[in-house]
Amino acid sequence: MSTLAALARLRAARQGRAEPLCRVRHHHLTDEPLVLVVLNLSGEATAPLACMAGTRRDEAVTLTVPQPRNRDLRQEFYRELAAVVLAHIARCEDDRQELPATRTRPAQPICTDAPQLVVANRPTADYLRLMGRATRFQRPGEDGGDQAVAHLGQWLTFFTERAEYPGSSLLLTLTEQLTAHWATGQSRLEDANLAKLLAWIDPPDGLDGARAALAAENPVDFPPAGPATDPTFDEVELQPAMQAYDEAVAAGDEEAARQAAARLRQAVAGQLAPTWQRIWDGLELLRAIPEAAGCLRRWEDDRLRFTAMSQHIRDGGPPQPIHDRAVDAAIRLASLERAQQLFDDQRALDDPFVLAERRTTGEAFGGVVVDRDLEHLGQSPTGRPVRRPRFTVRTEDPPPYDTTRTLASPRHPGKTVRICQVTPDGPQAHLILLELVSGMGNRKELPPDVVPDIGETVCYTPVPSWRGSPKYPAAEETPWTHGGPPSQPGDVPQPEEP
Amino acid sequence: MTATDLPDASAASEAAVRAILDDLAALTAPGAGRGVVVDSPPGAGKSTLVRRAARALVAAGEQIMIVAQTNNQVDDLASRLAAEAPALRIGRLSSTDYRGPLLGSTVVRVATKPAELDDCHITLGTAAKWATVEGHHRRWAIVDEAYQMRSDALLLVAPQFDRALFVGDPGQLDPFAVVETDRWAGLAYDPRLNAVDVLLNHNADTVVQRRLPVSWRLPPSAAALVSPAFYPYTGFAAGTAEEERRLEFTVAGIGSALDETLETARRHGWALHELPARHTQRTDPQVCGAAAALAARFLARGTVERCEHHPDGRALTPADIAVGVVHRDQADQVRRALAGTGVAGAEEIVVDTANRLQGREFEVVVVVHPLSGRRDATAFHLEAGRLCVLTSRHRHACVVVARAGIPDLLDAHPVDDPVHLNVPVKFPDGWEAHHTLLAHLEPYKTAVTG
Amino acid sequence: MDSAAARLAALRGAAPPVNHDARTLAGLSANPGCARRALLDACGADKGKIARRAGHPWQFGMSPFALARGRDFERRLKDNGAALLLALLRQELELPLEEVAYVPLETVGDNTGRELRHRNTCRRLLAAAAGREPGTLFDHPLLRLQIGGVPVYLEPDLVALKAAGRFHVVEIKSFPVIDGRADPEHAAAAVKQAAVYVVALQEMFAEHGVDPDVVATSVVLVTPKNFGNTPTATQVDARKQIATIRRQLRRMRRVEELLEPLPPGLTFDLAPDECGRPTRPPEELTAHLRQVPSRYRPGCIARCELAGLCRSEARERGSLDVFGPDVADVLGGIDTVEAALALAEGTRAPTEEQADIARALRHAERLRAELAGEPARPSRPGTEPAGERAERPPARSAGGAA
Repeated sequence: MSTLAALARLRAARQGRAEPLCRVRHHHLTDEPLVLVVLNLSGEATAPLACMAGTRRDEAVTLTVPQPRNRDLRQEFYRELAAVVLAHIARCEDDRQELPATRTRPAQPICTDAPQLVVANRPTADYLRLMGRATRFQRPGEDGGDQAVAHLGQWLTFFTERAEYPGSSLLLTLTEQLTAHWATGQSRLEDANLAKLLAWIDPPDGLDGARAALAAENPVDFPPAGPATDPTFDEVELQPAMQAYDEAVAAGDEEAARQAAARLRQAVAGQLAPTWQRIWDGLELLRAIPEAAGCLRRWEDDRLRFTAMSQHIRDGGPPQPIHDRAVDAAIRLASLERAQQLFDDQRALDDPFVLAERRTTGEAFGGVVVDRDLEHLGQSPTGRPVRRPRFTVRTEDPPPYDTTRTLASPRHPGKTVRICQVTPDGPQAHLILLELVSGMGNRKELPPDVVPDIGETVCYTPVPSWRGSPKYPAAEETPWTHGGPPSQPGDVPQPEEP
Repeated sequence: MTATDLPDASAASEAAVRAILDDLAALTAPGAGRGVVVDSPPGAGKSTLVRRAARALVAAGEQIMIVAQTNNQVDDLASRLAAEAPALRIGRLSSTDYRGPLLGSTVVRVATKPAELDDCHITLGTAAKWATVEGHHRRWAIVDEAYQMRSDALLLVAPQFDRALFVGDPGQLDPFAVVETDRWAGLAYDPRLNAVDVLLNHNADTVVQRRLPVSWRLPPSAAALVSPAFYPYTGFAAGTAEEERRLEFTVAGIGSALDETLETARRHGWALHELPARHTQRTDPQVCGAAAALAARFLARGTVERCEHHPDGRALTPADIAVGVVHRDQADQVRRALAGTGVAGAEEIVVDTANRLQGREFEVVVVVHPLSGRRDATAFHLEAGRLCVLTSRHRHACVVVARAGIPDLLDAHPVDDPVHLNVPVKFPDGWEAHHTLLAHLEPYKTAVTG
Repeated sequence: MDSAAARLAALRGAAPPVNHDARTLAGLSANPGCARRALLDACGADKGKIARRAGHPWQFGMSPFALARGRDFERRLKDNGAALLLALLRQELELPLEEVAYVPLETVGDNTGRELRHRNTCRRLLAAAAGREPGTLFDHPLLRLQIGGVPVYLEPDLVALKAAGRFHVVEIKSFPVIDGRADPEHAAAAVKQAAVYVVALQEMFAEHGVDPDVVATSVVLVTPKNFGNTPTATQVDARKQIATIRRQLRRMRRVEELLEPLPPGLTFDLAPDECGRPTRPPEELTAHLRQVPSRYRPGCIARCELAGLCRSEARERGSLDVFGPDVADVLGGIDTVEAALALAEGTRAPTEEQADIARALRHAERLRAELAGEPARPSRPGTEPAGERAERPPARSAGGAA
């Protein structure tokens, strides 16, 4: 946690409401994301109890399962959920355009928009991942398997895998989105509770954040956001309703079963609705924040992945394997690390708050230009003398640690500089000698504005570097150190026993 | 493990190296195993082993590649090999912006493509550079500092060789990834594991495991703690005898607390310089100041070291002294404090984080305790490898600077580490190691008031 | 009764002591530095009832569905002389086919008194260790540990004896292991609990002159596999958890240290009326509780019934504890909200020791002030720059109560 973020929390505690953090939104929000609230039967791995889904606050579909342990009913639930989710995805699949080639990739088709899922909290995202695992290996015709459900599983797995990439916006977790923009006066652990988080961000009139958050701990007025249900609700309302249903079914009484199912549905709806409203409240808050410049590029990446996945499923491609194999794991780790670095660097350029945070840790610095040398000559790789203007910045921020990275200023992200020297200037400041690396143009005359004026206040932060990745061996060439080529084409699970 | 007499230690060490060389020789036969892993405790002669093994393989007719983790390690190995075996062609694979000491060398050929080094007996490079190479293959590789290499880095270079000698120190810092995910936990080829663990997960039957039994760096006082605390199953002994390493002060002290700590360090090889208990930020000016003052004091007292290499004594220079910290900003704080001590040469005393001190050696080391001044311990600060690096760099004495209260902090630490099934439990446990260190240091404590 | 036991009883008041079990013992390592919790646990007070009376009821409980699932899973495993469990363990622990005998230790004849059950358990297990007993699976043995002079009875699900002569603690849990992986926190809790049983077994053998090494340090977790009800067994190395439990038990035996600084007359008695309803004034109860220092961390919320009370106290005091260790870390040394903000805003002069942290705080505060006037970069042309972001977010819809 940065000093800025820590002080923001303290300020929030003092003033009784949340304090702003990030100034821009670093994730893209589509116009009509699919919001999902899910409840699971306690004690089971994936026994969905209910789901509320929709792309508008006032248009929700509620699915319930009166006996979540019943496999047929569960499959019926998955079919209905698949209908909703696949329809949402289908809206984006056909509208494609051609993305022109770049240095790193050829021209390819790309969907003009991509679907987006929004969930309340991290446990719900994890639950969707488990559902994906439970369903994507179904085979139509085998054991009641359903093609649409299998596709649902592949899609859920896709969305939850993409969510591991920090810059991806395909699946958004609301608590994480909100905590990027607001510091509450409570702990981060408590921020994972959507109701408590919103209590600090927008407390009801007359209450301060702390008291509102305390009130939000009451599961009667603020049912948990899922997938876990409140144990008292389970005992007092759910269990009797489910028992009534089970008894009706056992007795063969269809009417009683229907009534019991309706009673259960009503009870569960009462647990889902408050969270549903809260998610939409949270989305409104997020929409009011301007989107960062870097979002477009990252959303384009998301759209590319979506397009590829869509094609894969249309081509009848197999479900994602249970585990990464050795080479895939190494590749994924490298991509995740690269994505994290890019995202962090980009956010600092897009967002003055992130930049300010970096200024407290020695990753970025800001100060006043105290000297400059426009005529300074350096050497090109071929040995020719070439103009490399230099200038010196005096900063009171902690001096930069990594002097090897290329830096840029948010105002001129295309003009990169490197650090030549860092010298102390008195007990609290440093002088940083910078040299231009790019953005100088090719002509004799230096473009104006390329070197800041003396007296100008500037900030520099490392630029996102798009270094190529090394070439990994093919899976069939996995070296002996990592177990040699994998013997199976990809793990496929054994059929489950009931 | 206790200290052994010099002749026995030499013999034990030599026998271990010969066994390893014999293993290598046996592996050149077709159908034999895949390699040898050598656990090398601090200062056990790892680099010497690497060079001897390299020369032995070349003598058996092989052309080999050596994979090291940093450019400094590559340069060091290459220059020493060139000096020891001038008849061999030594190549150094470098990136295009290499500006190191071997640039322009006449005894080591520096090039950016392996094709240009094709006729070299030994080609050295960093793992990162080897990962960018295509179409290169050798029957044999030596991987240095293999425990500090990450599994995915090994995956990238392993297709280039059939067999390898892996050498490294299992007690030091593991590689890490800042990515948060559970998805590979329990998999034998988890890309975040260190290279040796992954290698052994898949090849326990075809890879011979050996260890070097003697530390030539650590004095008996240090081996007595470091071996059981950080190498519980693969212990080692000091290679020197009790009185063989001695420090002397040629300038009289003034009886200050600093001098008391120095005297304890001189006599026992360890000292704990303890400041009053307080919660502070990690750049604690008093603790960092005390560490700097102690390091500078060794210089100011005209410390002379006597050892097996310098029986007549040698005055300590600033480069012989290091201050070890955990965070870079602590290093900055210590450096500022050193400049302020006014002691000649203090600014050249080495100050660095545990990460960057790995593999280095000094006569005297001052350590800022990772838990000093903290309200809560974290897994990062408790990590055994970090503490091991900080307390195993010295040939004579190690002084730990800390605020009082750490044993209570350890006692109060909630133990709620998550458990991942099928992931072997790592020993030593960081908490235990910290506890052992403090218990060991207790009799060597100087408590400073105010 | 010795004086420590007497003082503990006085603290607890009239209510009978709450029984420890393996879960509560395992929970000791959740916050070993908290004297308040340690004392309440040591005297056997009912933390839940006390917290409720003091105005901070604890919200966490177990769903009846989860409980039922756990019971069903265990029952299936133990039906028919534990046929399913046997088959599983035979495979996992490589028990040879002939030497399998199932010994239920739940009741001894008609008498289910604990002391008697414990003695019977000891007898059978010792006999097994000496090779005189054919039994291999001991169902619900009753073990015992002395904690602070009080016997605590512990009941593992199962203890299995491998032919090579080692006793393995087996714990049956209902969280699933999916693709070889379990929720790391559930697994950690299960292993910690099992470690308590290992220690109890080791102590029992040691007491009777048998080498405690005969108890394996790896425990067996039996859980549902993937998404169905098929069981799977996983061995887990529990050496670290065993060492931790032993450390905690040694601390518990030093309860005198906790009692010493307490003022006389301190008690957490709830003064129940004839119907059992507490009548102790909440403010007085709270005041007494606050006499014992606590060590609140946000993690307490999920683990200790007193968390609400301690959290409220920390908030009242303006302590940084409410935010968690990651915030306190950054503000190293300063421990109240007011002090930290005052130093950052420059309204308070730092002491000499605070000079450095104050400088860092003022630097951060300066940056924040600069931010207030700084417009953000818009993403698309035509979008207005944020300038001053609206301080008050739009009003929420009325979605609070169900």
